[in-house]
Parts: sequence; C-alpha cells; structure tokens
Amino acid sequence: MKKLVIRNIDQGALMKLNKILKNTFLVLFACLVLSACATSKKSTGQMQGDVYTGTDTVEYLASGVPDRVFFATNESVLTTASRETLRKQAAWLRKNSDITIVLEGHADERGTREYNLALGERRANAAKDYLMTYGISSNRISVLSYGKERPVDSGSNPLAWSKNRRSVTVKAN
Amino acid sequence: MRNLIILFLIFIIPTKALGLIEVDITRGNLNPLPIAVSPLSIDDESKKSFEKTLKKKDIGSEISKVIEKNLKTSGLFNPLDKNAFLQAPDIAHLKPRFEDWNLIKAQALITGKVKNVDDKLRVEFRLWDVLAGKEMMALAFTTVPNNWRRVGHIITDKVYERLTGEKGYFDTRIIYVAEEGPKTKRIKKLAIMDQDGANNKFLTLGNELVLTPRFNPSSQMVTYLSYFRNLPRVYLLDIETGIQEVVGDFPGMTFAPRFSPDGKKIIMSFAKDGNSDIYTMDLENRIVEKITNHPSIDTSPSYSPDGKFICFNSDRSGYQQIYVMKSDGSNVKRISFGNGLYGTPVWSPRGDLIAFTKLHKGKFYIGVMRTDGSGERLLTENFYQEAPSWSPNGRVLIFYRETKTDDKGEGFSAKLWSIDLTGYNERLVDTPTDASDPSWSSLLSN
Repeated sequence: MKKLVIRNIDQGALMKLNKILKNTFLVLFACLVLSACATSKKSTGQMQGDVYTGTDTVEYLASGVPDRVFFATNESVLTTASRETLRKQAAWLRKNSDITIVLEGHADERGTREYNLALGERRANAAKDYLMTYGISSNRISVLSYGKERPVDSGSNPLAWSKNRRSVTVKAN
Repeated sequence: MRNLIILFLIFIIPTKALGLIEVDITRGNLNPLPIAVSPLSIDDESKKSFEKTLKKKDIGSEISKVIEKNLKTSGLFNPLDKNAFLQAPDIAHLKPRFEDWNLIKAQALITGKVKNVDDKLRVEFRLWDVLAGKEMMALAFTTVPNNWRRVGHIITDKVYERLTGEKGYFDTRIIYVAEEGPKTKRIKKLAIMDQDGANNKFLTLGNELVLTPRFNPSSQMVTYLSYFRNLPRVYLLDIETGIQEVVGDFPGMTFAPRFSPDGKKIIMSFAKDGNSDIYTMDLENRIVEKITNHPSIDTSPSYSPDGKFICFNSDRSGYQQIYVMKSDGSNVKRISFGNGLYGTPVWSPRGDLIAFTKLHKGKFYIGVMRTDGSGERLLTENFYQEAPSWSPNGRVLIFYRETKTDDKGEGFSAKLWSIDLTGYNERLVDTPTDASDPSWSSLLSN
C-alpha cells in the first residue's frame, strides 16, 4: 500500500512537470533514466565470477527472507551468499511450521534440454539438503526441475543467464 | 489407423533395366541429378470425381508436385522446369520420346497415370533412364483417395531407392514440440506432421509443458515428457487412439525417454535426490531395471539398432561427455575426447555412427562420430542448436535451432532444420509455429 501511494505522488509530480516544462525536458529526463538502466545492466557489480549477486529478480517469502539462490555455470555448489539466504529461509520455515515448500530448480539456455533438467534437479536438491541440515524436515520440501524451460530473464547474455541459473523456494500451501 | 492407410500393391511390373544412372549419396549435393517429373496424366472422368472428393483440380499434377518437392529437398536431384517439357504426360507415360527429354538435359524421367477405380485412387508410375532410353521401374498402387500425398511419398521412396541403392525416407512423419508465446512463459504442444510439413496436427492443447517426444521405431506409439499436474513424468501416447499413460511408478522426475529398437522397452532417466541415473521399463511385464548407478548425471540414453549397446551422456568426468555401455549397463566407456562438452548422443539406424550436440567456446554444433568415438565430424555450427534425430535411412539429421534474444528482448525463435550426413543441404523445415525437439518416424510402409 505504501509503495502504491508513493508511486501516485511521483506520477502526480511528473504530470505537473509536464504542464510546467516543455517536452524537451521530459525527453532529457527519459534519456537519463534509460542510460542509468543501461549502465546498471552492464555493471559487473551484479555478478561475482558468473554467479548473479543482484536483487532484480529476487522476491521475498517474508521480510528479509529472499526466495532464491543462484549458481555458477554447470554448477550446483551453494555460494556463501546462497547459504546465508537458505539459513534465513530455514529460520522462517522453523517459525512457520505449517508451511510446505517446492524448490524449483532452473538452468540457463546454454545447455542441452535433457541435461538441464537433471541439472535443475541437482540444484534444487543442493538447496533442499542445506535446508535439511538446518532442521527442516524433508517431508515439507518437494523438488521440481524446470531445466531451461522457465527463464526469468529472456535475454541471451551472461547477466540474463546468471539470473536464470537458480533455485527458487515457493510456498506450496 | 496404420492398417487403414497401408497401400495395397496391385501389381509390380518386373523390370530388368541396367542401372545406368546412379546417384552417389555420399558425395553431397554438388551435382544434383537433373530429373523430369511429368505431371501424372488423368482422364477427365477421374479428374472430375477426385475434384469433388479431394477438392483438388488436378490430382495427377498435385501428386507430381509432392514428388518434385521431395526430390528437390533431398538435395540429390534437380527437378526440371515443367514449362520446358515437350511431350504430353499421357503419351510420355506410354512411350517417352527420349530425344525430347535429352534436349532439356533430363537424365531421368518420371511419368504416371491416375485413375478412379471403384472410388479408389489407382496410380501407376514409371521411371525412365533417358540416356539409355530404357524403363528402370514401373509400379502401381491402389488406395483410398485421401492418401494421395502418401502415394507421392511412396513413389519418391521407390525412385530414391532405385537411383541411390538405399531406402528412402519420404513416407515418414515428424513428431515435435510446437512452441508459442514469450520465452519466459512458453506454451508447448505436441505436434505431428508429414516429413514435408503437410498435414500438421496438434496432439495436446498446451495446458501443460511437454518435451522430447520420440517415436517407437516399430509402431505409431510415442513417448514424451509431460508436466501434467506439475509432476514431470515420462508418458506413453498412442497417436492412433489418443490414449496415454504414465510410464512406471517413479517417486520423482523421469525424463529423456526413448524406445528400444524392438519397441518393447522404454529407456529414460530418473532423477532422485540430485542424482540422475538411467533405467529401462519393459512395456509388457512392467519390470523396471536400473542400468547406471553413479552419483553423476547420466541422461539422454539411446540404443544401438541391434539393442546390444546404449550410448548416453554423463558428467562423471566433471563435464558432459558421451559414453557407450552394454545394454545391461556393464563395460562403460567414454568415447568423446575432443574439446568442449558433448550431449544428446543418438545412434544411427545404420549402426555405424552416433550423432551428437557439442558445445565449444560458446558455439553449438551438430556432429557425428563413429561408435568408438573416432572420426568426429562437425556438420553445422550455430548460436544454439541441439537434439539431432536420424531419418530412418540414416542419411539425414533433423534438429532444432534457437536464435539469440537481442538487447531489446526480441529476435528469439526456435525452428526445425535438417542437414545431410555429408554436411551439405542444410534446410529450414517449415512449421506453422516455432518448433523444437523433432523425432523422425520409421517408414510408414516398406
């Protein structure tokens, strides 16, 4: 709700701007926004090695509990950041003991379809194993691999691929 | 359905022509053989009756177009322009004036005749050696009129076999996955079509994700992966009846299915606890056998045509590579040792080669190697392509290719392509929608 209100104010402000200033100003403004987007896309700040470290696609299971972890090409090893995310998920699951989850494993588009199905399953299971070591019972967790079938970013570039190599924790009930 | 559409051979005129023309299938399409396909002649009465039932003005000429397109697509033949033909189709079929056909540089000539016999379609055709001035083959078929395209395909198969010495692949179908919608929410349906793209039909509605359909080599059954109820499992589909069932009772994802050469077993991967191994299930007694037992990913299994060996891909060396083992899982040997990753091995129906996908330095290749891994030959290079499937005579590969999504989020497509084993004759295979995961059927008739 709060976010919505803020957006409305922004839009109102823009409308006023539009009335007061000439179109050229708006064009300039748009250019600025666009170039800002372009530079943030290229920045290496969103990847470490080839593991995605940004937050563009991340959703939250609860406040401060990110829903996904990312992997290096062809890998299913959990990074330090991934383990931290999963510990947060485990704490949240312990607090909400009635919740069951599906771990959805994904791969990028740079692999053969069948191998990627297996790889997605392996990644989701890496997350599952880690949650289990933090006390989450295996009967609260199911695993579903989508291979390369459900990318979150449709791009054909290293950054898009890094966002797509992921395991996403989804509430099942 | 298969029984219904089988053509019955009425008579075969035995011929003892010397095989003067020969097409060398192994050298590529550098010199396609000039061939004249005379429109099949038809009498007025038959013409009218077929126009009524088939909605085609001149069914004789339509059948010859099917033949012509097949021959052209094969890359081995160059069908000549009909406008240059001097002799009328009916007279040419009785007795070609070879000088006339020689004049337009035809080396082979196909003539024929169509007739309505008791509401059935009767087609006879002859293949002529123009230079030698001799008949090479003559055959006749009778079938239900709706089968007219298949008659064209069977004639092409006979001509191909007579001129190359190998069986054709024209009276066949392709099953594939039709794709629509944005890349992040792709809708996928099973689809089937004739080898030349005609008679396209969707087999599922797109409610659930479907992948990797494969034909049974000995019937019109199909095995594929479906995400029905979000449970990815291998299914068996009878395309005649539409009846489908889950294969086996596995407590997790089963995928990468294929039939054994005799069609009695399904071989596939089963993923559990992060590990994928290869299993078979006997379709008669439902007995499940575990074939590989290794903590690595073992997938994309494919039998040798004699059923004695299995090739598959595994990352047990650290990266995806191709392995061959005996069909009981013993004697596992790695056969791919080139640079890069290797996947999707498929054993040729001739037994001598394994086709594969290779990823090296950001490019994808379709290639072939001998079954011991020697003689690797890359046929085509692209941004993304994979999943080759052999034509039943082992001379052509069909696969799918995806294009890059540009920075504006556009430009993505998935299409079927075919290429000859020679590396020549690369062609886009037309489909009404985007397409992937093609599988080539056996010959529908022999």
